[in-house]
Amino acid sequence: MEIDIRPVGACGALAELGSQISETTGARVAALERAVHRAHIAGITETVPAFASLLVRYDPLRADYDGVSAELRRLAGDIAAGNAQAGRTVDVPVCYGGAYGEDLPAVARHAGLSEEEVIRLHSGRTYRIYMLGFLPGFPYLGGLDERLFTPRRETPRTRIPAGSVGIGGQQTGIYPMESPGGWQLIGRTPLCLFAPGRDLPYAAGDSIRFVPIDAREFEQIAAREREGHA
Amino acid sequence: MNILFPDPLSAVQDMGRTGHAAQGYPECGACDKYALALGNLLCGNPETAAAVEMTLAGATVQFDQDTVIALTGAACDAKLDGQSIPLNAPVRVPAGATLETGMFAAGLRSYLCVQGGVDVAPVLGSRSTDQKCRIGGLEGRALRKGDRLPIGKPAPGYAFSRAARAAKVLLDKPWLMRPRTAHAYLGRQVIPLLRAVPGPQDDAFPSESLRTFFSGLYAVTPDSNRMGVKLSGPVVATKNGSDILSDGIVEGSVQISANGQPILMLADHQTTGGYAKIATVIAPDLSAAAQLRPGEPAAFRPITAQQAVRLSRETAQQLRHIKELIDHD
Repeated sequence: MEIDIRPVGACGALAELGSQISETTGARVAALERAVHRAHIAGITETVPAFASLLVRYDPLRADYDGVSAELRRLAGDIAAGNAQAGRTVDVPVCYGGAYGEDLPAVARHAGLSEEEVIRLHSGRTYRIYMLGFLPGFPYLGGLDERLFTPRRETPRTRIPAGSVGIGGQQTGIYPMESPGGWQLIGRTPLCLFAPGRDLPYAAGDSIRFVPIDAREFEQIAAREREGHA
Repeated sequence: MNILFPDPLSAVQDMGRTGHAAQGYPECGACDKYALALGNLLCGNPETAAAVEMTLAGATVQFDQDTVIALTGAACDAKLDGQSIPLNAPVRVPAGATLETGMFAAGLRSYLCVQGGVDVAPVLGSRSTDQKCRIGGLEGRALRKGDRLPIGKPAPGYAFSRAARAAKVLLDKPWLMRPRTAHAYLGRQVIPLLRAVPGPQDDAFPSESLRTFFSGLYAVTPDSNRMGVKLSGPVVATKNGSDILSDGIVEGSVQISANGQPILMLADHQTTGGYAKIATVIAPDLSAAAQLRPGEPAAFRPITAQQAVRLSRETAQQLRHIKELIDHD
């Protein structure tokens, strides 16, 4: 596959695999990242996938830019176009509306839809995780239904509870930890997504499906999650 | 180690929480990593041990056991029970003694390294404080009056006399005290020339903008912090705006923000970003960048990725040389 490699100081190579956000480009990024990990190249310390690129970091004492670039070109050449391995699909339970998603009425009003319709559209598809960033575990998701595009709030909230599911412009996502933010909050997941030392249930390249639950189920799952971390 | 009076930014830092950027964890860690490594070597620790990073105002600290400390980084007139102590040197501390760094005379960040290292619980392999995620260090926060920091067990085989002798070598060869960076002089003003590899988005800028960036004189603005050094100076125009598809960031990445001004990313940088990055400052020169105070000047010089790797290896070699002086007769 096509690859353009650029230097990142003395410790990185940025492999660019496309110029826009698309499933195809996302699949290429995921495929190259898997290939890099499988190849166990000496001196490569970590990889950071993004929408259309893979940052490959190396230890300048054990590797150099020319060597790492050559390896990346070789690996990219071995990846056949149609050879993309599908990621996992991870169910994320969400209690929509009410105190769990205070902006659901505003999002529904903006879309000219009922709240039920918003929930149906939001939970009725899978979203590809292009990358994690902004906060640990914060997924940048593709594939929000155009009818749900909603501008960010004019006044950002100073405190958004952990697990909040929101819409900001053309994106939807989950706040894994309490944070300030300007997205419209439509629901909340009881999953504990910020637990340093425990693996996240998802990674870049996987997909997320939001599964509507009610307040009772929310509390049950939340209690189980708390126990799991005790 | 009892924190009697910390500056508001004092916090525990080591070499950073690396290896978790794909999950969105910022690296954090010391901003001046060479200073941390040097201080650790001088008191018999691995280069990577955790220490207290202080900023500008310094701190007052009391020790409740006999130990050895080393202060590195910013210049200050530090006093141990009222007696001036040398910087960049091992200092014996009797139980009960109080260290007062005072306000720094030059530079921005100082490292208080203690034999055995600051022994808070590691999170994801690092003791660095991440104030945004509230993890690492002491309860994921800056230090407060009354905090008590646990000290680890000293590594075996340390000889104070050898470390003191190595510190004398450093006095004779002051260039060993920091990575070898280049400087220019404008009257009496010293301007660090931060060496940077163009890219990864240098093609987002017309060639005259690259010339502007690599020849202009910039000044550090007061809203700089551990996330980044914000600079002000000649405007670096983009071809089609500074927005890019977000991609991975490293310490040293130089973003050009929407107003055409550079931001040099430091230890607490986000893992990804959506502004075009014109260049990446090499790790050895981040030590100089991390010591810049608001108002102080800096300039950028282009080098190749191959030169960058060579310079990083030279800096590592320099630290190895110091370690050998301390470890062997």
